[in-house]
Amino acid sequence: MPETIIEKIEVKRLQILYENGNVDESLMPDLSDNDLKKMFELFILARQFDQRALKLHAEGRLGTYASILGQEASQIGSAYTLEKSDRVFPSFREMGVYITLGYPIWMLFQYWTGDERGMRTPDDLNIFPVSVPVGTHTPHAVGAAFAAKIKGHKTATAAYFGDGGSSKGDFHEGLNIAGVYKLPVIFICQNNQWAISLPREKQTAAKTIAQKAFGYGFEGIQVDGNDIFAVYKATKDALAKARAGSGPTLIECFTYRMADHTTADDASRYRSKEDVEKWKARDPLLRLKLYMERKGLWTQQYEDEVKKRVTDFVDSEIKKHEAAAMPEQKDILNFTYKELTQRQKKELETL
Amino acid sequence: MARINMVQAINLALRQEMEKDRDVVLIGEDVGRDGGVFRITEGLVEKFPDRIFDTPLAESGIAGVAVGMAAYGLKPVAEIQFMGFIYACVEQIFSHASRIRSRSRGRYTCPLVIRTPYGLGIKPPELHSESTEALFCHMPGIKVVVPSSPYNAKGLLISAIRDPDPVVFLEPTRLYRLIKEEVPETEYAIPLEKARIVQEGKDITVIAWGSMLHRVLESIEGFDAEVIDLMTLSPYDEETILNSVKKTGRVVIVHEATRNCGFGAELSAFIAEEAMLHLKSPIVRVTGLDAVIPMARLEDYYAPAKEKIVKALKKVMEY
Repeated sequence: MPETIIEKIEVKRLQILYENGNVDESLMPDLSDNDLKKMFELFILARQFDQRALKLHAEGRLGTYASILGQEASQIGSAYTLEKSDRVFPSFREMGVYITLGYPIWMLFQYWTGDERGMRTPDDLNIFPVSVPVGTHTPHAVGAAFAAKIKGHKTATAAYFGDGGSSKGDFHEGLNIAGVYKLPVIFICQNNQWAISLPREKQTAAKTIAQKAFGYGFEGIQVDGNDIFAVYKATKDALAKARAGSGPTLIECFTYRMADHTTADDASRYRSKEDVEKWKARDPLLRLKLYMERKGLWTQQYEDEVKKRVTDFVDSEIKKHEAAAMPEQKDILNFTYKELTQRQKKELETL
Repeated sequence: MARINMVQAINLALRQEMEKDRDVVLIGEDVGRDGGVFRITEGLVEKFPDRIFDTPLAESGIAGVAVGMAAYGLKPVAEIQFMGFIYACVEQIFSHASRIRSRSRGRYTCPLVIRTPYGLGIKPPELHSESTEALFCHMPGIKVVVPSSPYNAKGLLISAIRDPDPVVFLEPTRLYRLIKEEVPETEYAIPLEKARIVQEGKDITVIAWGSMLHRVLESIEGFDAEVIDLMTLSPYDEETILNSVKKTGRVVIVHEATRNCGFGAELSAFIAEEAMLHLKSPIVRVTGLDAVIPMARLEDYYAPAKEKIVKALKKVMEY
């Protein structure tokens, strides 16, 4: 009996917007001028939030924070096409996702100050609280997609994680179950090349993270994660597929973590300046600007106006956050169970 | 009213809750066509083909999927085939199920049940006889329930499914088919966080749960013992325990699990803190040995035997 090839996989990489601002028109998604401006403004807002969070941290007004610098296209491009009814399961470096979905900025500052109230998602949104243990929230998106399917809802779910998360057992168990039951879930991996100090090539011997999906019987695609149009298109296609009942997709956004892992980290200990410089030239905002300029949608004056507006807005959100009352001590106990236990009622009296 | 065993009683509870509430779904390994390795879910997939799912062999994935389902609005009941395999789920239970309410300040909740067979008594391979209930009692945000009879298994499981918070439901394998008793066809709920006084007495308070309760009942002849079946270990019924201890002044706690940091340690510390001056004798624990749970040939020497319980009862009376 001869050896035969019984399975072949092909891993695609999608790029639409090049570093010089040119786009591949044949792949360009249908985005209005208004959409492009909204995306640009979200970019400015996400960056402003990020910079202000770092500054507040340096001033001792915010706790440990994980910067999103460099990953904005992956976050805004994907979240831009999610519906408010979709269930979104982020990790901790996803402030651009929260911001794109319309999460109150002051509450994000509140959360990073060490206040759980900041993760009490407003009722009209369906984004889950930050999940700290890397990769372990992947099965939650799968379970929510399972529930949507059981209930006959058209809801899709999305899990956000990084290259580090793709090494965790829960990533594999989650993807496997999603594949078996053909669930309406998309897995968005922001491969930012670094899991604290561990480079991507030490995270997995596989050439891509996208290809791991094929092991679970569904498609994975790698996109240029600094190309907001490629991320948008891949996510939009994956969502349409999910809603049509055709199962999950893994999207690997190939990007770069421009900042330290968190404010508690010093990336100069393990990576070279040259590497970082190389990625600066691939800045996801720069190429969007070049494209919009060519379309007559971007001018320096427009950018200045947006920046002024966003700065004023973020200022007022910081004020709002810092003016909010401290959380109450009883809240330590109050959210353990729906009702206080016999023990907790006594503990409440000791506060 | 039919006389049924605990397997049948749990099956009945699941069936009735699934009939009553379309949001109740079952997931786990072999829970569908096979009816589960202990046949707990036998016949249910035929009745609810769209709400029972055989999952891949992935315990953490099962728990994580249950968390996502519960947060979406279902009431999943997940089966982990044996308690020895629940360790793979500990991160999902500790880091997520127990915290989603707190982490989201009440926006999201996690009303799931994780059922698992637990304890000694069926002479299986390694890691099929674990009784590490204390592990789960240590984590706030989780409830831990252990039934001791067909009747209370049904009523407690119904309460666990209806509970708005995550419940780890530990089913003593030794009792699955050991006892038959009258179990009403009608649905009834036994409240959680409530202990049961199995028999009143005035000299010794004996606290036990699950299969050890029956060993206690076999051991108390000749003693005027008040026997408490804790049923919910976390959060536990402090009031019932204290009232009894204040009456008897003597306490024996019996559990199958290892002594070191076993749940008896919490109970005896609590009693010492709250009722020291009512005690006529030191509190005595009768527990499993501080060792890895042995396989079949040695298991009878590991768990509290009747003689050890009797000795403890004599000790507190003679002090």
